Amino acid sequence: MRSILSIVLFSVFFSFSALAAGGNIHLPEKEWSFDGFLGSFDRASAQRGLQVYKEVCAACHGLDLVSYRNLEILGFNENEIKAIAAEYTVVDGPNDEGEMFERPAKPADRFSNPFTNEQAARAANNGAYPPDLSLMTEARPNGANYVYALLTGYKDAPKDVKMMDGMYYNEYFPGHQIAMASPLSDDLVEYADGTEATVDQMAQDVVNFLSWAAEPNLEDRKKMGLKVLIFLAFFTIIFYLMKKRIWSDLH
Amino acid sequence: MRWQQTKDWIEHRLPIFSFLDKELNKYPAPKNLNYMWNFGSLAGIILMIMIATGIFLAMHYTPHVDHAFNSVERIMRDVNYGWLIRYIHTNGASMFFIVVYLHIFRGLYYGSYKAPRELLWIMGVVILFLMMGTAFMGYVLPWGQMSFWGATVITNLFSAIPVIGDDIVTLLWGGFSVDNPTLNRFFVLHYLFPFLIVGLAGLHVIALHVHGSNNPTGVEKKTKKDTVPFHPYYTVKDLFGLGVFLIVFALFIFYAPNYLGHPDNYIPANPLVTPAHIVPEWYFLPFYAVLRAITFDIGIPFTDIVLIEAKFGGVLAMGGAVGILALLPWLDTHPVKSARYRPTFRKFFWFFVIDALVLGWVGGKPAEGVYIYIGQAATAYYFFHFLILLPYLSRNEQAMPLPASIDDAVQARKKYGAKK
Repeated sequence: MRSILSIVLFSVFFSFSALAAGGNIHLPEKEWSFDGFLGSFDRASAQRGLQVYKEVCAACHGLDLVSYRNLEILGFNENEIKAIAAEYTVVDGPNDEGEMFERPAKPADRFSNPFTNEQAARAANNGAYPPDLSLMTEARPNGANYVYALLTGYKDAPKDVKMMDGMYYNEYFPGHQIAMASPLSDDLVEYADGTEATVDQMAQDVVNFLSWAAEPNLEDRKKMGLKVLIFLAFFTIIFYLMKKRIWSDLH
Repeated sequence: MRWQQTKDWIEHRLPIFSFLDKELNKYPAPKNLNYMWNFGSLAGIILMIMIATGIFLAMHYTPHVDHAFNSVERIMRDVNYGWLIRYIHTNGASMFFIVVYLHIFRGLYYGSYKAPRELLWIMGVVILFLMMGTAFMGYVLPWGQMSFWGATVITNLFSAIPVIGDDIVTLLWGGFSVDNPTLNRFFVLHYLFPFLIVGLAGLHVIALHVHGSNNPTGVEKKTKKDTVPFHPYYTVKDLFGLGVFLIVFALFIFYAPNYLGHPDNYIPANPLVTPAHIVPEWYFLPFYAVLRAITFDIGIPFTDIVLIEAKFGGVLAMGGAVGILALLPWLDTHPVKSARYRPTFRKFFWFFVIDALVLGWVGGKPAEGVYIYIGQAATAYYFFHFLILLPYLSRNEQAMPLPASIDDAVQARKKYGAKK
């Protein structure tokens, strides 16, 4: 009965995982520092990712759910965060005269969005809407690998594929026709830490950064999980021994 | 001494201590219950966990189409331990269904629905209906893409009901599409239903304690030798089961918190963009498969008269797939309860389990090609099992000899074990 039970449980989970995987496009599986039981963010890479986001992605994509103050987790200190925020202006108000006014962003502000609304974003991008990136690695199946594959997956279209106007061929985008031109090219940014800015490197860095942006509490979660599991394992063993002992006079 | 006096004073006015002593301490339970009997108390514990986490989530959640998605993300990012509370709640829903499904299959295998436990069983079916409603409405609250489109698909089903269908849908929506009023009423009902479940679960336990638990032999307890006091024997066994369960639960919460969810629900709801595949949560997949299996109108043969349109047929079949459980005590009238002494029934029980898993698998596939036929065959078998097979076996199956008592069965097993 018990072994059958576990088979039942597993088949339920596996039938679901097959479904969750979805799609027919096979994504290359990369190893990420945030995977696994003790996963954590590669801070140097995520900081470089922030640079790429600021200099490249942010031209079109917002990061509406993330505040500058959150960058503390990635290893920036208070002054650095203030400086990063101050690079941007936000609209605030109304003030005492009833006027909206512009001021430099503060750490408590959300990342500044390149567009004021969806219509403005579409108007600037041939009708396409660049999605917000705050949850991108959560909002796609196998998200981290998907974003990496997408950023490095631009190819010339095969002869038999008829491309629509203003679309680009990407091996990993569903339907293969994406409105975003290949955003990365070698040496597009100049990394402060001297790392060579290859497309592959930048794509990895962006994935590290966006994975953090999607779930800034990931490290807390995994650390707490380990403590909880040790606690539960200990008490479960105790309960088991108690059960054995109490039932021993019956058996 | 002071404590004893206080206790007596309270006891004289509200017999709470004798009640607890009778129902939790001395309460005689069959001494041969196996680990399949852990899932009832587990379900109760998860219900409490869901209500506790749910109340804290409700303190931070905003049921408005413009704010719901972001308020959930605020819980995930800015509320202290909000991520933990939400992951417990979302994965808790899945755990609740796993535990309750195992609890139900336990009942099916050991004939726990038979006399004198029919009402106990029926209340369980009502709890299942309420759980499904609660889970469905809860999934709508984060207002992601799957929330919105799941709500649209499922509420639209009610329009299939003849004559009053459209009015029911309008009532559910609070308007003419899934929109802010829908979200508001779903939030209110999602908060209300769990307390109805608490009430029904209370009745479920009261009914249980009248005759006590069924047991793996299906033979009712007769003498004191057949039972042990609930405490400490089953309190400690339930504690151990709880420990194992919490480990599984924790693995999901901390290491695969979104594994049982759908990535599309991290995209804010957009009425203008339909997701490629709209799939319900995994625990609804078997019933979703039944819903989609009815692809044909049902009418009078050789005429154009349609009695039941395909869509309504699907809705009836889906509701019937759950509702038929309530009729089980009158479909399976075989005098022997436990599958342990009914070899033919036992075989078909496992066929039924496989059938339910096939339905779950088909429910997650697109409704096209061969999946339609597999879904229809599995649906047909589902109802065949209940409506034809069980009544047939009730009359014709020769059961194995039953042990004279629970104690006899336990002693026989011991001897058998010793020989080995």
